[in-house]
Amino acid sequence: MNAIVVMLLGLAGLALGYLFYSKFIAEKIFRLDPEFRTPAHEFEDGTDFVPTNRYVLWGHHFTSVAGAAPIVGPAIAVIWGWLPAFLWVILGTVFFAGIHDAGAIWASVRNRARSVGSLTGDVVGKRARSIFMIVIFLLLLMVNAVFAVVIAGLMMDFPSSVVPVWGAIAVALVIGQLIYRRKASLMLVSVIGVVALYALIGIGPSIPLQMPDVVMGVPGNALWILILFGYAAAASLLPVWMLLQPRDYINGLQLFIGLIILYAAVLFSNPTILAPMFNTNLPAGTPSMIPLLFVTIACGAISGFHGLVSSGTSSKQLDKETDVRFVGYFGAVGEGMLALAAILTATAGFASFGDWQAMYSAFGQGGVNAFVEGGAYIISNGIGLPETTAATLLTVMAALFAGTTMDTGLRLQRYIFQEWGEIYHQEWLKKPAIATLLAVGSCLILAFGAGGADGSGGMIIWPLFGTTNQLLAGLTLLVVTVMLVRLGRPMWYTLAPLIFVVVMTLWALLSQLRSFYEQGNYFLLVLDIVVLIASILVALECASALKRLRGEASKPS
Amino acid sequence: MNVRMEEIRAWLSQARYFAEEAYSVRYRGAIARARRDEDDLFMLLVFSEMMGVPNPAAYYTLELQPLMLERFHEWHLRMGMERSPLDHFGCC
Repeated sequence: MNAIVVMLLGLAGLALGYLFYSKFIAEKIFRLDPEFRTPAHEFEDGTDFVPTNRYVLWGHHFTSVAGAAPIVGPAIAVIWGWLPAFLWVILGTVFFAGIHDAGAIWASVRNRARSVGSLTGDVVGKRARSIFMIVIFLLLLMVNAVFAVVIAGLMMDFPSSVVPVWGAIAVALVIGQLIYRRKASLMLVSVIGVVALYALIGIGPSIPLQMPDVVMGVPGNALWILILFGYAAAASLLPVWMLLQPRDYINGLQLFIGLIILYAAVLFSNPTILAPMFNTNLPAGTPSMIPLLFVTIACGAISGFHGLVSSGTSSKQLDKETDVRFVGYFGAVGEGMLALAAILTATAGFASFGDWQAMYSAFGQGGVNAFVEGGAYIISNGIGLPETTAATLLTVMAALFAGTTMDTGLRLQRYIFQEWGEIYHQEWLKKPAIATLLAVGSCLILAFGAGGADGSGGMIIWPLFGTTNQLLAGLTLLVVTVMLVRLGRPMWYTLAPLIFVVVMTLWALLSQLRSFYEQGNYFLLVLDIVVLIASILVALECASALKRLRGEASKPS
Repeated sequence: MNVRMEEIRAWLSQARYFAEEAYSVRYRGAIARARRDEDDLFMLLVFSEMMGVPNPAAYYTLELQPLMLERFHEWHLRMGMERSPLDHFGCC
């Protein structure tokens, strides 16, 4: 199958979704009102509540939600063949993610820009809010552990990326200082930053830094994981202007440049998709496609994490309510495009079918490595960049995305610990350093507990991370559905995706439960049970909310 | 030619606006809060002598008091004091 045809079909699907379905949702379901006074105007304070240009806000929303997850998930899921992953990404973005992201912003905007978490308490119930907090904590725990494993693996497999990845952090630190201490012009700084980053990518292949397999008795991979957590802990404690802000900015630019390069390379090199449409010759031990596909690809099809961004900063800065469609729905479309690029690279970027099969020799293999190697093959054929440089470029892109998520995740986890300290009057727990140490400790237990001393098996928790992400999405969809029903609007457009994700999540957890038990991996078995309990509670919460709503509807008003 | 230059300038200023907004949009709130925390500490230093806390730099901070007065009311509210903590200075 020709990759350009698949690419165009995918882009056309996303475009049609935005043009027609999002218009329908905006006008008929949410009934967005251009006259509605958004919280950004009502509570304008120049800090949190600031009416912001919709293109800027879209850029913020898109770059916050698009990270390493929409790359890793699809690149693992193509093991079942390219068509299932393709269909789930496109249909998921159009019918699930778009309405979820836009719905989360809409719900928040209509409720004084409060976060989905606190809305859950009001709209659904106090119990649901507690579940929400637990699910968020589990999600952060898993995302940090998984991404540490992903970056460590990349550093081991692509030593040429070590200098540019860490160099990028130095570049960000310098940019932060230039802007806040020297008040340098941002345009100039952007150009300097991007040039410096690409110069580092250019010289990376000439100075590869390979971590030895074992250093003082510690496996190289594990050492990288420890170094990464050390870095993330330090980064999460620094003031945001010093590192996080400039790095997010550089990452945002990098995301746009990377996407353009990937799509242009596919167009120029005109590759053929070598992976089968449906893989009938699955490696032994690969779990069943249904339900696992729907939790392996979470970000890129539907992801609860987006609801946190939607109701955190986006809703406080929305200028007009009608912008919900562009910022929320089109933000999800942007992420769908990244996931589509990941599918194309992981299925078409190989010299032969044998190479592809060798990459996907077992479930959980491939993943981000397939994205980097496949993407590098396509870029070198399409644009003529040397393959190692292209591989370094994509590795840096994936590692920086994952790194950003890690230190933001650790910061959020620290806040949760500090909040617990506040609730239970434990002064020591409120200290940032202690809360951060606890956050790092819990993530390390997960990273190493899941896959042994070298931390290489951490990718086994990827589908579990997906299930938690979907649970969060389910809770957000529940809030939106309840709001819609109370307004007397059609509920099926949010209720159907809600039922689908909750059923798939439960099913996936049960099927994984069996395989963890059979493998004797009791650590993950316990984790699976914890998530399973949370999802059963979510399902019950949905059922009781719907029952209550029916009761409300049948009573004469 | 003149029109051209103006067009380029307009385009550049537009690009600058977008870049600056994109840079600050995510962290505007966090940075404003961090800055306010520092300002609060500074306010405490400036008015410390008046509240009975000895301050070796009082001679210099005295000069700053009129400049800080505008924000005094907001500050004591934020610090959890409903009324002005200074007997001889009532702002509310």
